[in-house]
Amino acid sequence: MKTPGGDAADAVAHAALRAQPLCAGVGTGGLLVLDEPLSFWGGTDLATGEITDVHHPQRGLSVAGRVVAMAASRGSSSSSSVLAEQLRAGVGPAAIILTSRDAILALGALAAFELYGIAMPIVLVTSDELAALADRAAPPSEWSSSDGAVTVRADDVSATLERSAE
Amino acid sequence: MVALKLTDDDQAKLDGAAGEGVAMAMRMVIALAGVMQADRLIDIASAHIDGCLYHGQAGLDFAERLVTLGARVAVPTTLNVSSLDLLHPGLVRLAPADAGQAKRLMDAYLALGARSTWTCAPYQEADRPAYGTDIAWAESNAIVFANSALGARTERYGDFIDVCAAITGRVPYAGLHIEEHRAPTVAVDCSAIPSPVLDGEAAWAALGHAVGAQVASGIPLLTGIDPRVVDEDRLKAFGAAAASAGGVALFHVESVTPEARQAGRGWARDISSIGISAADLRAARDQLTTTAQPKLDAVSLGTPHLSLTEFAKLAVELTRGELTAGSAEPFHPECAVWISTSRSVLAEARQHGYVQIVERFGGRVVVDTCTYLVPILAESVRTVMTTSGKWAWYAPTNLGVDVVFGTLAECVASARAGRVVRDENAWR
Repeated sequence: MKTPGGDAADAVAHAALRAQPLCAGVGTGGLLVLDEPLSFWGGTDLATGEITDVHHPQRGLSVAGRVVAMAASRGSSSSSSVLAEQLRAGVGPAAIILTSRDAILALGALAAFELYGIAMPIVLVTSDELAALADRAAPPSEWSSSDGAVTVRADDVSATLERSAE
Repeated sequence: MVALKLTDDDQAKLDGAAGEGVAMAMRMVIALAGVMQADRLIDIASAHIDGCLYHGQAGLDFAERLVTLGARVAVPTTLNVSSLDLLHPGLVRLAPADAGQAKRLMDAYLALGARSTWTCAPYQEADRPAYGTDIAWAESNAIVFANSALGARTERYGDFIDVCAAITGRVPYAGLHIEEHRAPTVAVDCSAIPSPVLDGEAAWAALGHAVGAQVASGIPLLTGIDPRVVDEDRLKAFGAAAASAGGVALFHVESVTPEARQAGRGWARDISSIGISAADLRAARDQLTTTAQPKLDAVSLGTPHLSLTEFAKLAVELTRGELTAGSAEPFHPECAVWISTSRSVLAEARQHGYVQIVERFGGRVVVDTCTYLVPILAESVRTVMTTSGKWAWYAPTNLGVDVVFGTLAECVASARAGRVVRDENAWR
């Protein structure tokens, strides 16, 4: 992977990780690894993407523009609508990384593509790979910088995650 | 990757032979088949659509796009609760702009050919799915009831795919449509719970909450329950709570539910086992209760929507004093009693005289929507009592109220007193 930082930056950049595609698209954003499953309906703000679930340890952070990684989503099937609406309003995630085949989130992403041509990728990794991603994630306070940005690319047959060190 | 094999008819729909609306719906069904790794699509006998509850512009855009493209549902299709009560205008306090969008969404689904049932309990309407048939139902409580109490087969469908399944008449052959995926994964021994405790809907909601929290999205098999204390209202209460506290989409009750009776002999016996006691039900009751404050502002019944038989049970509870003491107290003037139901059950309950009894004591009825989804309760309401595990689970977040969870008798006594009245004997 070539980055504007040249060879030195290449050295700290992680090699692209292969993933399985659930929904095609390309997205780049700061990595947000969720410590617990999240229900988009009832758990995130429709208009801002902020996590509002009072039981969630990362309440107050936002999914907007982030590459959101979690083991699984949780709860209501209305989360499909909430995700599609957030993508329409420009406050949805840049990409979603999961460890299980989550039809509810996939349908939200597919609907946003049908209606608005917004292609937000959803990809699958193994639990070990998710743990490794969490390990490398900087504390949430640092996510305002471009450090730790991740690019997710998915087409119909393959997907990759690349961590950029700009 | 699993290759999806389409029939010629599926391919024709995808290619637009039945119109662009059907093609759009088919693209969504096929994309879901990819996510679920299905190798083919199957026919469905009916659909239940949850997408008619307003969650913002995207849901409305999706339904109106399908209407514009000329789509129609291909199978009998019922509609879940909406965001408005069309029979009682003004009851729901939505901002005019949101109410207008919510009404447009309802109109779009009617234009697609779905029935104006507006209920989360389509299994209490006419034409229920038959045992063993594949259906595409959304709404977690309806899904778990159809799978468990009726023995029909549905995956956990939700927004967008519910209507696309209805339009194409097809779903991926995956998940709970597959016979081998429907056997129990965990046995739940209930023999330690005294039968009189299980002789009420709230106890079954508490049981559902306790089981859902333990088995997550597993398939529980309840054992050690006297079939004589089981009825559909109780299976409904159990499933709704188990689906919201966990992710239960199918459960079985030994010797009671149709699949346990028909297919049960072939199930593996070496599954893991847990036990539930009356103390666990009391713990669930207390988890579903968020306050010790005695003053009560409202009671909410009918989540999922009250059935005709639950109306009858409520009428009996309300008039008990008239039979024994010659009179029965009305509800406390500062405690509002709300009952959510469907318009068809309301009409039947009125024919039987149950609604008149409820109204005589001061109760009010909501149809087409539900008291935990949209603003109906007065803004001054702080503490609400309910028999519903699902209402108790969602209302604190949705409405910002405190909840007390209790039996129907406790709710009626509390509504009369204007403060929480407990009957510990009902729970031991």
